[in-house]
Amino acid sequence: MVLGLLSACKNPVGSRYEPDDAAQERGLLAINEAGCAACHEIPGVAWPKGRLGPSLEGFDDVGMIAGQLPNRPDLLAAFIRNAPAVKRDSTMPATPITQLEAVDIAAYLYGLDHD
Amino acid sequence: MIDALWGWPPPVLDPAGPYADKVTTLAWALFGMGLVVTAIVCAALWLAVRGSPKIKAMIGGERAIWIGGIAFPGVVLLGLLVWGLTLTASLTQPIRGDEMRIRITGEMWWFRVQYLNADGDIVMEDANELHLPVGVPVVLELEAADVIHSFWVPHLSGKKDMIPGRRTLLRVQADRAGEFGGLCAEYCGSQHALMGFVAIAHKASDWQAWFDDRTTRVARTEMLAETAPPDAMPYPGDAAAYPMEPETLERYDARRGMRLFMESGCAACHRIAGTEANGLAGPDLTHVGSRRSLGAGILPNNRGTMMGWIGDSQSIKPGNRMPSYYVLSAEDIGHIAAFLELQK
Repeated sequence: MVLGLLSACKNPVGSRYEPDDAAQERGLLAINEAGCAACHEIPGVAWPKGRLGPSLEGFDDVGMIAGQLPNRPDLLAAFIRNAPAVKRDSTMPATPITQLEAVDIAAYLYGLDHD
Repeated sequence: MIDALWGWPPPVLDPAGPYADKVTTLAWALFGMGLVVTAIVCAALWLAVRGSPKIKAMIGGERAIWIGGIAFPGVVLLGLLVWGLTLTASLTQPIRGDEMRIRITGEMWWFRVQYLNADGDIVMEDANELHLPVGVPVVLELEAADVIHSFWVPHLSGKKDMIPGRRTLLRVQADRAGEFGGLCAEYCGSQHALMGFVAIAHKASDWQAWFDDRTTRVARTEMLAETAPPDAMPYPGDAAAYPMEPETLERYDARRGMRLFMESGCAACHRIAGTEANGLAGPDLTHVGSRRSLGAGILPNNRGTMMGWIGDSQSIKPGNRMPSYYVLSAEDIGHIAAFLELQK
């Protein structure tokens, strides 16, 4: 009875995606090497905390990428690598990273809530 | 931990030339002596507690104090002092006159770099980056524009103060090609820790080609081309449909960027050789597009960091002399960044 009630409860709020730890680690390294924090506040990056772009704190729970695109790993990676191609009027420029690094950075952003 | 591709922050015990080598040897000798003295003290302490009465009497005797407490440290410290002083003196010998000279000035949190000819005239100006030929000793003339800074590229030499109203000299030499990080080593204000530097050692022939190119060429305004926005956008949900190579898409116009640069006040503080921009307060931007770093050795140089720095440099390095340009639109910032990227 009790078990039945418990299992009826909503799942705790968690990440929609479960990126693996190695990818997240590589993602943070790529973020530092590309200097993403010059424009974004990114949890896990102590400095800088640029404010030209939005803070990425709690990015996992954001509804849409840049307020326009479905928040999916493939789209996020494409947006990180080449934002103006994915959303024409995006302020964010294309970044000098590889597709794999973009995927890793997306993994890092989806993993932010798992601290 | 930022594993900086442009050599910053630098490791301090990895010499790349004769001057840094001497300093590193001295550092290891000091560490070694410290270790030896610590070992002697620990041994004496252990013997004083656990040793036989005869040994205890010996350690506590007047002779032990004369030898271990006065003669030994006196001789050792005097020796290290003489060694250290002669070594630092050898790093700052007066100029003979035929060496390559480069003037570096500490500013409010960046380094002005001026390449001098044999007569001491400035032939090229740069910032936060020093290009050296491998195997050639170079005399750095160190100056300061505001407060005391200290120039330190651990791979190349020891630290040397940059003092307002006074010129100090520092010899450097790189024996291998590479990118060596440096930093200000004297507290000079709130952003002291973000006052970085990159020294780049080229093979001698490469350096000459690089130097000739830089001194003969003016700004690359002739390279500016109108760029058109890309054609129709694919459906937002299909990631595979987007062009994956960032070069395939340029939406900013460098020509407009140049106009904005001149009209928005950038040119009042920054100089770009061959254009009307002739300001002296900020770093010379004639070659900014080819620099490894932005904001004085602290950020990688790419479109994103360039836009971030132009639009809001105060959130990256609070208190630096460049204001955050909130008056510019994102588009304008992008145009200016595209223009600056071409200044190589």
